[in-house]
Amino acid sequence: MSHIGSIVGREYSTRVRKRSFLILTIVGPILMAAVGILPIYLASLPEPARQVIVLDKPGLLKGQRGNADVELRYLGPPEKFELEEAKKLFLQTEEYALLYIPTGSDSDPDFIAQRVQIYGREDVSLNVKSYLEEQIREAIESEKLRAQGVDPALIAQTKTQVTIHSFNLAEDGKQEQSSVELKMGVSFLSAILMYIFIFLFGAQVMTGVLEEKGSRVVEVLISSVRPFELMMGKILGIGAVGLTQFAIWIVLTAVLYIGFTTLFLGDRLEALRTAQEAGQVLESGGLQNLVDMVESLNLPLLLGGFVFFFLAGYLLYSALFAAVGSAVDNPGDTQQFMMPITIPIVAAFAVSTQVIEHPDGALAFWFSMIPLTSPIVMMTRLVFGVPAWELILSMVLLILGFLGTTWMAGRIYRSGILMYGKKASWADLWKWIRN
Amino acid sequence: MEPLLSIRGLKKRYGAHTALDGIDLDLPQAEVFGLLGPNGAGKTSLIRIINRILEADEGHILFQGRPIEAADVRRIGYMPEERGLYQKMEVGEQAVYFARLKGMTEAAAKTALKEWFERFSIESWWKKKVEELSKGMAQKVQFIATVVHRPELIILDEPFSGFDPVNADLVKEEILRLSREGATILFSTHRMESVESLCSRIALIDRSKLVIQGPVGEVRKRYREHVYRLEWSAAAGGPEPHWPEGIEVLERAEIDPRHHRVRLRLPEGLSNSDVLRPVLEVGEPLFFEEVLPSIHEIFVRTVAGQIQPL
Repeated sequence: MSHIGSIVGREYSTRVRKRSFLILTIVGPILMAAVGILPIYLASLPEPARQVIVLDKPGLLKGQRGNADVELRYLGPPEKFELEEAKKLFLQTEEYALLYIPTGSDSDPDFIAQRVQIYGREDVSLNVKSYLEEQIREAIESEKLRAQGVDPALIAQTKTQVTIHSFNLAEDGKQEQSSVELKMGVSFLSAILMYIFIFLFGAQVMTGVLEEKGSRVVEVLISSVRPFELMMGKILGIGAVGLTQFAIWIVLTAVLYIGFTTLFLGDRLEALRTAQEAGQVLESGGLQNLVDMVESLNLPLLLGGFVFFFLAGYLLYSALFAAVGSAVDNPGDTQQFMMPITIPIVAAFAVSTQVIEHPDGALAFWFSMIPLTSPIVMMTRLVFGVPAWELILSMVLLILGFLGTTWMAGRIYRSGILMYGKKASWADLWKWIRN
Repeated sequence: MEPLLSIRGLKKRYGAHTALDGIDLDLPQAEVFGLLGPNGAGKTSLIRIINRILEADEGHILFQGRPIEAADVRRIGYMPEERGLYQKMEVGEQAVYFARLKGMTEAAAKTALKEWFERFSIESWWKKKVEELSKGMAQKVQFIATVVHRPELIILDEPFSGFDPVNADLVKEEILRLSREGATILFSTHRMESVESLCSRIALIDRSKLVIQGPVGEVRKRYREHVYRLEWSAAAGGPEPHWPEGIEVLERAEIDPRHHRVRLRLPEGLSNSDVLRPVLEVGEPLFFEEVLPSIHEIFVRTVAGQIQPL
């Protein structure tokens, strides 16, 4: 195994020095954050209020002016206008839409509720429509209440907002604020990240093997080193690249997170902490809540788990990827052998969306035990808390799994890399394994 | 002197196909050994077994008298027929990498490589990526990477395939120089052009069997057909020599009216004087030489099954 160091070194250094590595490492998280934050940011940008002309025949809305997004302007007096006139008028203006609330013959509010119309030059936005529906509903409900002799103000007073604060209670009585929403988010993120990492770096192993075979370097190499050393050196080198990338991302995220929280929430957090220590319960805002929740996560377990399951899962799959790379001559021929590798990864990812809902279910349990799916599924479960014995069993099985695939892949690899011009079949692979 | 490499009873099968069938071969120290044979004869299998890329089914290989072991690959330099370099890697870095895989330290590799780069006048390529090199340039780098760790045994599989004539000559010279400095060279080819100018010994493998082995001169003598070339001068229009019974005239040419040439095959029991006597009767002998078959002819005829291997 004396050469493995040199091989790992070459695989690692040629990749880490590539510009694409630097770009992916720096830009990757920014891009991911942007995908999450940009829509929220864009939605929060102030837009000029949309002007809606209202022909309110029954005077239902009582001349209210709308909100920041929708500005209501009334045609009046309403009895002097008919719908057709209003339409003509609307077309002469630049306004956004025309809302028409008709009167019923007997002023039946339900009759009115079913006959409100809105006109626009183009489709009227869903936001505007639902806002107007809400206003009209409230107005009609008030009318109905009044008809029953109930003061709507009284109803408003009795309205109550309920928030349930959830806690996880440990055996020793310690309680921690829990946050299913955040955990689901983290769980899903872990699954995606694991999926991407295994595919990304596993595929790199395959491409690397194909490159060595295609450029005919491989026979020069295996006259100096054993095929197994060459394969393991490549796998370990690329795995180290993956870990480096992950480490940089974690550090970047931590720096951004700490920077963000101290910069924007520093004072308020401090106040919150003092209050909590004093036993007070403070009404806390959304962001502070988030900070609390993040701090309630078992980050060392999550990070440690990710490193382990990435490494072991990667080792398992990259050996298979290496075997596929060795068995074919050009990237186009990998298809037939890729299927059985891709299916479990994709299945694991699909299952993990169910596992997020039922992290302790039978599906979750079995898929987090099978070595081919456990890296992704166990990472999905980990944030919700997994019994120690399950975690250990899953890890042991995964280690056995990658030892098995590595052994098998090594046998395919050493025969495959010397085969040129002949497309290997499944029967060939089987023969190579047995030989 | 003990041969550098001794191969005894080597057999290799792939399923139903026999690639090597009982090969015995000795590579004497510091000689250039040509391993000949048509495509598919088993040359590459033999070479891969020597390089420990493949395992033999039977037989053994002795390196300097003891069974070859894993560490010996450091004392072998191998340029396979299927060869190449990492396209995206810098030339110098890559050469250092190969040298390190052969057990050199980084510093020693750099020193040795700089020397070779100077010898080939390619110092300026050190920082270039392989993909920027022409094919001929890459071949030089490949050759250097094969020999930089001063291997005692250099194995070149079809070394000239794909080399342009200029580089082929350059490499040929380097092969001879390395051999003079004590390296043993085994090179395989199915093309004969370079064999006689380069090899001191040859072995011919055909259909997985070793059919001919020995020093080049000896092999050619072994396949002698008693063919001679004879030239003489005589007066224009003079009489034809009266050849004795049994001589076969293979070719008769008149270079000019006073200068004649024949190719003759002598039957058993006839001496050189018996050939020269009729010439002396009609003119003056200018040139008399036995024509030995070229390695090429021996190869072609052996492979075609025309002559029985001895």
